[in-house]
Amino acid sequence: MIPEMGQFALALAWALALVQAVLGLAGAARGSAGAMAAARRAALAQCAALVLAYACLTASFLRIDFSVLLVAANSSTRTPWFYRLTGVWGNHEGSMLLWALSLSLWQAAVAAFSRSLTESFRARVLGVLGAVSVGFLAFLVLTSNPFERLVPMPAEGRDLNPMLQDPGMIIHPPLLYMGYVGMAVAFAFAIAALLSGRMDAAWARWSRPWTLVAWVFLTLGILVGSAWAYYELGWGGWWFWDPVENASLMPWLLGTALLHSLIVTEKRGAFRSWTVLLAIGAFSLSLLGTFLVRSGVITSVHAFASDPKRGVFILGLLALTVGVSLLLFAWRAPRLSGGGAFAPVSREGSLLVNNVLMASAAGAVLLGTIYPMVIDALHAGKISVGPPYFETVFVPLMVPAVVLMALAPFLRWKRDALARVLRRVWPELIGALLIAALGVWAMNHVTFGAFLGIALTAWVVLASLRLLVDRLRQGGAVGLAARLRGIPGSWWGMWLSHLGVGVFILGVTLVGALEQRLDVKMMPGEAAELAGYRFVLRGVSEVPGPNYTAQRGELEVWREGRMLTVLAPEKRAYFRSAMPMTESAIDWGVFRDVYVSLGDPTGDGGWVVLLFYKPFISWIWFGAIAIAVGGLAAALDRRYRRLARRMASVPLPEALPEPAAEAVR
Amino acid sequence: MKLKYLIPFVIFVALVALFAYAFRLDPREVPSPLIGKPAPAFALPRVDSPETLAGPADLRGQPWLLNVWATWCVACREEHAMLVRLAREAGVPIVGLDYKEIRGDAELDASRLSPQEEREAALLRARTWLTQRGDPYRFAVLDLDGRVAIDYGVYGVPETFLIDAGGIIRYKHIGPIDERAWREELQPRWAALGGGKP
Repeated sequence: MIPEMGQFALALAWALALVQAVLGLAGAARGSAGAMAAARRAALAQCAALVLAYACLTASFLRIDFSVLLVAANSSTRTPWFYRLTGVWGNHEGSMLLWALSLSLWQAAVAAFSRSLTESFRARVLGVLGAVSVGFLAFLVLTSNPFERLVPMPAEGRDLNPMLQDPGMIIHPPLLYMGYVGMAVAFAFAIAALLSGRMDAAWARWSRPWTLVAWVFLTLGILVGSAWAYYELGWGGWWFWDPVENASLMPWLLGTALLHSLIVTEKRGAFRSWTVLLAIGAFSLSLLGTFLVRSGVITSVHAFASDPKRGVFILGLLALTVGVSLLLFAWRAPRLSGGGAFAPVSREGSLLVNNVLMASAAGAVLLGTIYPMVIDALHAGKISVGPPYFETVFVPLMVPAVVLMALAPFLRWKRDALARVLRRVWPELIGALLIAALGVWAMNHVTFGAFLGIALTAWVVLASLRLLVDRLRQGGAVGLAARLRGIPGSWWGMWLSHLGVGVFILGVTLVGALEQRLDVKMMPGEAAELAGYRFVLRGVSEVPGPNYTAQRGELEVWREGRMLTVLAPEKRAYFRSAMPMTESAIDWGVFRDVYVSLGDPTGDGGWVVLLFYKPFISWIWFGAIAIAVGGLAAALDRRYRRLARRMASVPLPEALPEPAAEAVR
Repeated sequence: MKLKYLIPFVIFVALVALFAYAFRLDPREVPSPLIGKPAPAFALPRVDSPETLAGPADLRGQPWLLNVWATWCVACREEHAMLVRLAREAGVPIVGLDYKEIRGDAELDASRLSPQEEREAALLRARTWLTQRGDPYRFAVLDLDGRVAIDYGVYGVPETFLIDAGGIIRYKHIGPIDERAWREELQPRWAALGGGKP
């Protein structure tokens, strides 16, 4: 009964999404208050229906109901309950249901928390979101039914993919999906702006907090995914430039460009069509990411070609969404042009360069990601585009972006002189170069990459401190505490996120320059040394787990004659796949990780053990967390909440008035 | 409408056209150069007894099917029941070539496995599959590194070759064999080669 209830709720949600799309768009076009209110209620009801559908699938997993195909394929009687919970999305159908659920949660949030929007604008936003939802629910209902029954019911299930049986995988997909799908809200705001011809400072102020929150989710989702790859895959790497990772990085890059472009649209009324294009682009790349991950096209384009139903559906959805949006853009965006003029050296100019660099980086990653697939599809052979390509194109784009990132907040709007700014920050520039020189000398690791990385970090940190000091000097006679309080959340957000980028770069640079690795054969009782640490293998024993058996090694970690900890890396054989899985063991630290992973037995009682010394790797995560917290601080800025209280909006002088009738000719 | 605002749309249409063109080149339409040529010989370990090596030579004197499959291949799941029926009801001799059982599985990372581990894992997975779903094969062999599949010009799984009594490849079917593919493409050719007669 429960799966049938879920199936019904899913179909109901589909119908409600259709109602929401039609009433939202048509109601706004005709100015029908009743239709617009109904669209809003449909969004809330759709969300309730999808929560119910998701709860039904979760219940089937928790009850171990193998008569549901998805449950039988992704769990077993021995799977612990929390991995049955995550088994819901550890597969194609369930993860698409999670996608649809995220979208409906965003829609309900827009329906509930956007009283400051005009009725017609909110109806348009909900209409666009409803249309996207119709497409994805159709995909679920028609090609990927998560509630399909299995007859006869098997006695035992296949268990969840062992790689996904990890705590990181419990929170990674929901965070990432909230981020991916959140870009749909920015997209819907942009489309609504095109439809209504209204795109003013108030629009940017409505749009920006939503975009920020989605971007924070995306940042955290990528962070958790990266940390998972680091400790679960057992290779000690944290980013592999594989297509799945790139799929999440591309919308992040364009989302970053969008956030900055929105600032200019809000403060100066400029960049409007560019902002709309970025919003369309960021969501398109989210859809592309979904297509890449879900269609099987990554594994092999022929896996895709031999079972093309799903892939073609998502590809069609992608082409339709992006095609219609861009056509609408070509038609309506000319009406949005305008905004204040500015000189090349100005705050606007620097943000424009930021946008170009971020968009180019996203383009480069896109090219590297789809190129092998096109080559493969054309039967021109299998090629793989690896880290060397990405590092070669990505780093030169990011270096100027980071230099500018720290400089831009010093620039004035409209027009500035480079000489004026350089006169202010030259001590920081020189200081950064000196610190970098000193740093590579002290580490005894003189390479251009290490120098560049440290110099960038030092520049970002010094310039950020300088910015804070300058800011606190303003504000006249009030006390320091009052001045600190007077700084708005969006300023703190900018400051912290930029600082986070610096911290992140330092982590990347130092772990790249100073990490050490040793593959060593050890007999029980033997010791190995790496980077001043002494590892003693106590032994390896067999330990039973709920749905696997593990070979667990015990290694003592010693430093300067003192035992720090005992690490227990495992090699697990899950009953499902008969595949050995590596579970590394890590002694986390602020300044270094000690990372141990178990290789193969050598046959004579010994084991190959992989030892890593990873200095400053945590700073990669710290940096990413600071970036995300900064985004959250900016989203919570008082001026967005003030806006919510003050219904009226102040259009910029050059902004177009909203046309009275929607029949635009 | 100013033309420069159409640029993003034009670029997008060009990209979609490229993709559509690339994916329209269906591998099914590419004729195999191997048709009419002798089936490349191989000797690979059998799934049921890995010490025994088997190859096309064991099937001489009758038309048979070489089916390329793997347990990670979703389309093979659909095809399998059909193969079991063909073997049981029509008595079609089918040989299974288990293609990159471990290395081909996108869910797994095979790079850290020793050859011994890889082979054992592959045997266990293949045997479980055949026990649970029925075994349609005269014998199934492991092509762990996919070398034999390269000799046969395999693009992906599943693919099926029709080989005649003299060991010549007569036909290649790409994608899962379903009721229609068997009735319209394979069965007539198989019967014409003398298949199904005592």
